[in-house]
Amino acid sequence: MSDSPQWLDEEAGPVVRPYALIRGRTHPSGDAFDLVATVRAIGDPPSGELGPEERHILRAARGPISVADLAVELDLPVGVVRVLLGDLRDQALISVTSPPAVGARSNERILKEVINGLRAL
Amino acid sequence: MDSVLSEDPVALKILIAGGFGVGKTTLVGAVSEIKPLRTEEVLSDRGIGIDDLDGVEGKNTTTVAMDFGRITIREGLVVYLFGTPGQERFWFMWDELSYGALGAVVIADTRRLTDCFPSVDYFEQRGTPFVVAVNCFDGAARHSIDDVRIALDLDDDVPVLLCDVRRRASAKEVMIALVEHSLRTLASAN
Repeated sequence: MSDSPQWLDEEAGPVVRPYALIRGRTHPSGDAFDLVATVRAIGDPPSGELGPEERHILRAARGPISVADLAVELDLPVGVVRVLLGDLRDQALISVTSPPAVGARSNERILKEVINGLRAL
Repeated sequence: MDSVLSEDPVALKILIAGGFGVGKTTLVGAVSEIKPLRTEEVLSDRGIGIDDLDGVEGKNTTTVAMDFGRITIREGLVVYLFGTPGQERFWFMWDELSYGALGAVVIADTRRLTDCFPSVDYFEQRGTPFVVAVNCFDGAARHSIDDVRIALDLDDDVPVLLCDVRRRASAKEVMIALVEHSLRTLASAN
């Protein structure tokens, strides 16, 4: 009985530790990505060598999606997603647009739109 | 700027801060679809003595779950809510969270008002617009808004509201008060 293989459910944690996916790296190459930066898949469909998580990102980023939403979608820590994004950017498979530091919040028209939108919730 | 706006979605960040168990998660959940966002962060020295690292001396990261909510105002205009990790040892994450943020809601519980002092200090120092939302828990002694303002030593222009974060209408009012305050801050800066 004790010889039977033990199956683990999700409670046991991931079979592959998150940082194993990115070979132990904790920082993406190049600039860091803001949590609300917009990611988009670009370029030709990749031919080979991409891992399942990277493919998942490219599928999820067919339309614009934020870094935080991607982390939720992949159910991975943000740090891991950032490293994967760095790799994809190096391969010119995604574009990442950082939100302007003060751009949107200093736009009166947008803030008024947000107020009206919140009222209508 | 206009070309950027027409092409890229506009993302605004609002932070929800306050002491442990004050109602941050409830507030985010009352106005948006809430999802847990996992972040794996480098432990600062502040974790020493709190996190038991015996036997795992090589471990220098820890997983922090943050409340994360999204309100779609319209296609291409989204407000993101981030519940800031309450424990002091995770403060190093706040700088990233508050960078470019529209503003912050500091939730206060009058039974433990000191819990929100650090949040108030932080946003005052950063110049991030914020409002104080006094969560009226059942059975909590009601204090006047003026008492809270004095106790927190707030500037006159910082809005203080009484709220019940479990109620969507009340939570919405808090968010609207914050954006209106940001708008006023903007107008007075110009």
